[in-house]
Amino acid sequence: MSLINIFSDYTLRTVALGSALLGAISGVIGTYTVLRKQSLVGDAVSHAALPGIGIAFLLTGSKNIEWLLLGAFISGWLSLYIVNSIIKNSKVKYDSALGMILSVFFGLGLVILTYIQKIPDSNQAGLEGFLFGQASTLLKRDVIVMSIVGGAIIIIIALLWKEFKLLSFDPEFCQVSGFPKEKLDLILTTLIVIAIVTGLQTVGVVLMSDMIIAPAVSARQWTDKLSVMVILSSIFGGLSGVIGTIISSSTRNLPTGPVIVVIISAISIISLFIAPGRGIIWRRMRDKKNKKRLNRNIILNSIYNLNIEGNRIQGYSLEDLSISKGDFNFPINTIEKELEKLETLDLVKGKDEKWYITEKGINEIEDFRGRLEE
Amino acid sequence: MKYAVEANDLTVAYHKKPVLWDIDLEIPSGVLMAIVGPNGAGKSTLIKTMLNMIKPVTGETRFWGEAYEKQRKNIGYVPQRGSVDWDFPTNVLDVVTMGTYGELGWFKRAGKKEKEKAIKALEKVDMLPFADRQISQLSGGQQQRVFLARALVQNADIYFMDEPFQGVDAKTEKAIINLLRELRSMRKTVVVVHHDLQTVEEYFDWVTLLNKVIIASGPAEKVFNEENLMKAYKSKVDKLFS
Amino acid sequence: MNVQIEIQLIAIVVALACSTLGVFLILRKMAMMADAIGHTILFGIVVAFFITHDLNSPLLIIGAALTGTLTVFLVESINKTKLVSEDSSIGLIFPLLFSIGVILISLYAGDVHLDTDAVLLGEIAFAPFNRFVVNGVDIGPSSLYIMGAILIMNIVYVSVFYKELKISTFDPNLAMALGISPGIMHYSLMTLVSLTAVGAFDAVGAILVVAFMVGPPTAAYLLTDDLKDMIFLSGIIGTISVVLGYWTARIFDVAIAGMMAVMVGAIFLLIFLFAPDRGLLSIMRRKKRQKYDFAQISFLMHVINHEGAKDEREELGINTIHEHLGWNKEFVKDIFNNLYKSNLVYIEDDIIRITDKGRDLAISNAEEIVNGI
Repeated sequence: MSLINIFSDYTLRTVALGSALLGAISGVIGTYTVLRKQSLVGDAVSHAALPGIGIAFLLTGSKNIEWLLLGAFISGWLSLYIVNSIIKNSKVKYDSALGMILSVFFGLGLVILTYIQKIPDSNQAGLEGFLFGQASTLLKRDVIVMSIVGGAIIIIIALLWKEFKLLSFDPEFCQVSGFPKEKLDLILTTLIVIAIVTGLQTVGVVLMSDMIIAPAVSARQWTDKLSVMVILSSIFGGLSGVIGTIISSSTRNLPTGPVIVVIISAISIISLFIAPGRGIIWRRMRDKKNKKRLNRNIILNSIYNLNIEGNRIQGYSLEDLSISKGDFNFPINTIEKELEKLETLDLVKGKDEKWYITEKGINEIEDFRGRLEE
Repeated sequence: MKYAVEANDLTVAYHKKPVLWDIDLEIPSGVLMAIVGPNGAGKSTLIKTMLNMIKPVTGETRFWGEAYEKQRKNIGYVPQRGSVDWDFPTNVLDVVTMGTYGELGWFKRAGKKEKEKAIKALEKVDMLPFADRQISQLSGGQQQRVFLARALVQNADIYFMDEPFQGVDAKTEKAIINLLRELRSMRKTVVVVHHDLQTVEEYFDWVTLLNKVIIASGPAEKVFNEENLMKAYKSKVDKLFS
Repeated sequence: MNVQIEIQLIAIVVALACSTLGVFLILRKMAMMADAIGHTILFGIVVAFFITHDLNSPLLIIGAALTGTLTVFLVESINKTKLVSEDSSIGLIFPLLFSIGVILISLYAGDVHLDTDAVLLGEIAFAPFNRFVVNGVDIGPSSLYIMGAILIMNIVYVSVFYKELKISTFDPNLAMALGISPGIMHYSLMTLVSLTAVGAFDAVGAILVVAFMVGPPTAAYLLTDDLKDMIFLSGIIGTISVVLGYWTARIFDVAIAGMMAVMVGAIFLLIFLFAPDRGLLSIMRRKKRQKYDFAQISFLMHVINHEGAKDEREELGINTIHEHLGWNKEFVKDIFNNLYKSNLVYIEDDIIRITDKGRDLAISNAEEIVNGI
């Protein structure tokens, strides 16, 4: 199966479009979930959606995606509601409540699925696809439903952009700014549940939570801006959705969910290592550079100290610097080399064999000291 | 005369234990007030309750005789620095701009006018060169000044600040105190949760001693004495004055 | 032994082995780590199976258990970079390892006697078919022996290291000072959790292992503060869930392990609602009473604070006092009547007054509050 086939093969095109949509939606929502440290909420909601799917099928007898997703939505939401009432009204901790409710709901889901299997002529085939996802079962109408849901989510996020940002960064300030925390939280939680539910058919209840976490974690490494993070996250999610779907449709019996998860995980791992600025490799390099900078700052600091003692900006010779304070022991030529480097950075100025600290140098060292006080 | 802040019979309880008990507190307009008391005295809880973030069991707070909701836009707030995640993907200017959100109201986006307000506030706290800096790259003192700038943008008449001096460097401490005095000279009312007893008299002109109940409240020179401190801090006070 | 009894026996042993360790997991706030391990050992089982080609080989069990420990290590390594919060670290690692496991099963379905259904559900109904035969004598289902051995190991571990586990759970700093390494306790516990999950995996499946590890201890946590009682109670709750779940599943002919998990949830719900002292109903009753008690003392304090003041006619007047307390009139009337009956307050010239008895009561209460810091 080659890439060109996506455009010629109608089914595959539908499926790829659906996966791209789900990846993009969960990427957008996941940004908020990850930033608000609610990553495991996704795990609970997705597992807890299973009984809802089963019950919806039992009640309606149809496999219409709208009914199944509605059922999934209700039971996903209910699970969160129960978790919240447990931790609010008892000493049970958040993680215990989450772990218990997700496994109990999932157990109930399995019970209902086995019950459905026993009903004669129930045409249940396909429901197990919800466990690990079966993208090949996506139909055009499913994709239309997903587009509508995705569009609605994006419109709500765009409308409430600043409110959600404030809620995620500083809920207390959000409250005093006149945006009620509880209401916004309710809206955002509902959007999370919706995003998870729309992805269930493709990725499955067991692994959907990863589609909420991994794209956002990857995106966070590449940017320090919320808007860019949301966009990047949806691109990562969409990309892994499409690639995963294509790979899984080209191999028999390969459920889609796990393949998508492996791809988005690869993106996360790569991001954690190489993302400029934050990535692990970059950080190693910066640590080395900082070590060098530290030497430079020690020398800058000693000029600064001498100035504070002298109470005015005044020049010092290399000899003054080499005997000053005695908290460092650099050979004179190292000091000279570092001073020359400092001069290229405009932090000191050399004149008539004497070295002066500049205004910029003073700012630099005060900033540096402020950070050392942490 | 209407007080800037007037709390009546506030009682707050978490689970079984009351945290604040029958608080009656009047804060005159234009004072620089410290709320002082030992750990667990309910200082933060008191300002959060006055600002409607915590629901009291009994009582209410009025601002110039009106309910909080009516005066909300005239009230600024500086939360504890540790209450947020400083690794959030945003920069200094953006955080300060958040101070305009309350006035903007629902749905509207911050524009040029709001950015300008934020820049002015940053200038005041000496943080303008850091406007584009990612907030995780700030020192504790710088973070605190960013929070102060955000409150300044709110352009309020009353400010509530939760431990602004906590863990900041000397430069920031000086900057904060200068700012507080400037606010006072503009006839603003400032209420600060404060920890450092040594500096209370130097920095503040009005003091409330709190330990679940109000021990004393009034002008610093009248209220801030050993007898009241003894009541608020009990045995701890011996060590302090020895 | 009859097959029905064998199935229940296996499940009870699984429940006991899980809840013994689960108590410490939830007290250490590691419930979601148990969830992660429950998933990742699949990866270990599949890989170990390719090497040993025998699902019952002890090597497979140990190999798979190591994946659980690896999970803990990976999550902690990612978390240490500070690039990702702890919950996200868990959420990143386990889906990846689990997915690789599922993919391997799908690709080599012919070679592995595992299918994705069995991964989630386990096949406890088939567990008794695999017999343990010694010298040609059938002495019972082999999973009963495997889980039995794991249960004994868990019990020995918890009883031998009881003190160390307790201290390192509640006060890691103290543990450190006493020379108990929290790291060693942590990893030994998590290794046993993995081992138990691997053993139970075959019988109850990936996700339901979590139900047994987290559910019964969480329910027991609502019933007692005593660590030992908590371990025993969660064993009992696990056992009851197994028996109830088994028979309900038989009646409706549905997934046995799934039904057992549902029973865990049902028992928790009952305890959550009706537990004496900590159940939701008794908490609500207490809250109501407490609010009333607070209100009475508040009322008395209000009177003490304002008596003799210029504005006492306003603050304490029978027709205006409710405005100053911020309560509705009916409630104030109710409170007043109660206090009046106890001879704590009276009315004089339309102003509410306090008796000496009322004053003593209010002040002693207020002092108690202030002293109870």
